Amino acid sequence: MTLRSDLQVIAEMVTPNARVLDIGCGDGTLLRHLASVRNIDGRGIELSQAGVNSCVAQGLSVVQGDADTDLKDYPTAGFDYAILSQTLQATQRPKIVLDDLLRIGRRAIVSFPNFGHWRVRLHLLIHGTMPETERLPDRWYETQNIHLCTMRDFVRLCAASGIAIEQALWVDSTGLPHAFKGDSTRANLFGEQGVFLLSRPAQV
Amino acid sequence: MTVTAPSISPQTRPAPAEAQGLVRVFAADQPLALDAGVNLAPISIAYSTYGSLNADRSNAILVCHALTGDQFPASTHPTTGKPGWWQLMVGPGLPIDTSRFFVICSNVIGGCMGSTGPSDINPATGLAYGSTFPVITIADMVRAQAMLIDSLGIERLFSVIGGSMGGMQVLQWASAFPDRVLTAVPLATAARHSAQNIAFHEVGRQAIMADPEWRDGAYQAAGTLPRKGLAVAHMAAHITYLSEAALHRKFGRNLQDREHLGFGFDADFQVESYLRHQGRNFVDRFDANSYLYITRAMDYFDLAGDHDGVLARAFTGTRTRFCIVSFTSDWLFPTRESRQIVHALNAAAANVSFVEIETDKGHDAFLLNEPEMFRVLSGFLTAAADQHGIARP
Repeated sequence: MTLRSDLQVIAEMVTPNARVLDIGCGDGTLLRHLASVRNIDGRGIELSQAGVNSCVAQGLSVVQGDADTDLKDYPTAGFDYAILSQTLQATQRPKIVLDDLLRIGRRAIVSFPNFGHWRVRLHLLIHGTMPETERLPDRWYETQNIHLCTMRDFVRLCAASGIAIEQALWVDSTGLPHAFKGDSTRANLFGEQGVFLLSRPAQV
Repeated sequence: MTVTAPSISPQTRPAPAEAQGLVRVFAADQPLALDAGVNLAPISIAYSTYGSLNADRSNAILVCHALTGDQFPASTHPTTGKPGWWQLMVGPGLPIDTSRFFVICSNVIGGCMGSTGPSDINPATGLAYGSTFPVITIADMVRAQAMLIDSLGIERLFSVIGGSMGGMQVLQWASAFPDRVLTAVPLATAARHSAQNIAFHEVGRQAIMADPEWRDGAYQAAGTLPRKGLAVAHMAAHITYLSEAALHRKFGRNLQDREHLGFGFDADFQVESYLRHQGRNFVDRFDANSYLYITRAMDYFDLAGDHDGVLARAFTGTRTRFCIVSFTSDWLFPTRESRQIVHALNAAAANVSFVEIETDKGHDAFLLNEPEMFRVLSGFLTAAADQHGIARP
């Protein structure tokens, strides 16, 4: 089974034997992969009952819950990594979710579809309608994605919130990851997805 | 009655696949220390077992029964002749797989199916305890179970599983004996009994005590039975086990054995007839004083209260794996009660899974045919058993 490209990239960021909380863990694909290649102690949160039931039936420790409302109940620094893959853009309050990720996890890993990708821009420029791409397949009135952003938007949010970007990758249309630093026009144009390893520098 | 339990010596004599109607007696020198400050002795604990204990005694599951349950989850009830209350859950190839696990289920202390309770004779007076039986708690029930587990030579339970009041016992087990419980499955339960639930219990108790046949609890000596009071108590409680949707689906406003309203107080409606039937049957298999004592034990349950009001402290440092299940239409033990347990376990950095099952069957759903619940439990137990090296059948 081939792992979704951003999950592959995320898995490489996680150190062995870590404690990992996967928020929006779906059917548990990433948790299972991390358990087998990184020997992690993993927990999950998933909104859909079908996803949770399938995870628990496979022996994973997953709780039915919502990133927007349930993260506040998790203890500070209870995990080495808090992972949010392809979910940030679907949350009500992305900034608060991000703050919670970095409270719960010593590090956070976040991936999201890049609304600044050239195909998205071209679609809007040519058609004048909300972009529909392979990564963003739903109509504007049906999509769960209520807080889409570009790579640049995200990098600026991190800067404004005092969040350190330890590692930044853009993933191209073939699924290949490319490292970048700072505010990269190239990443923002050619990245279909962004994957970020984040931490909160110690307060002084 | 003293029935000696089979000697558990698995290497030489495997436990029988099914052993019902067993009783362990603890003599006066092995009292049960109750929360009420009383040492209760001697005591009997009635129990059943299913499946075989393996050589390293690692495959034992304790099933905890609910308020009106008993020690016969997977065997015919000795009084009513009805199938066991968890016949769909416990058995060979079922989620609690008796071809893999050694399942123990005991009647709670204070009960009326063979474990010491208010209908038993107080050796000090030669009369039935009745209202002089000491008030018992969920923690007392669990301590009694621990005595039974000790006497069976089992150090650690692979799992403790139960719904409703059984779920309270599961939580109490995990909190009081964290090193003796590898996995815990509390279903349709709460870490404390809510004001509304205490209120419903009080209605039931008042119904019993208002019955002149109750005789201040000494009805055995008087040769009477508070049948009407107990039946009404169970009728009121039974409504709380269902849901509006389930009642509507089952009965609607359908009339019972008649074409037109009777303009009287006979059971015109099917739902009335059903409740009367439930009440009548209950009286045949349950003791009124046991009902008073066991509902009281549930009312007193407040796990956070025992830990300075912080539920997470009940589970500090726990290594038990939890699988918590709630049901969407359960208004007696609603999902938010389970979520509070989940939050506390998360705060204690415990290993917890939580599933809410979509159903219209209300609180009773945990006893009924809910395929999604079976799938979740089966997956959870199978994976955990594999992890702990318990051989597959």
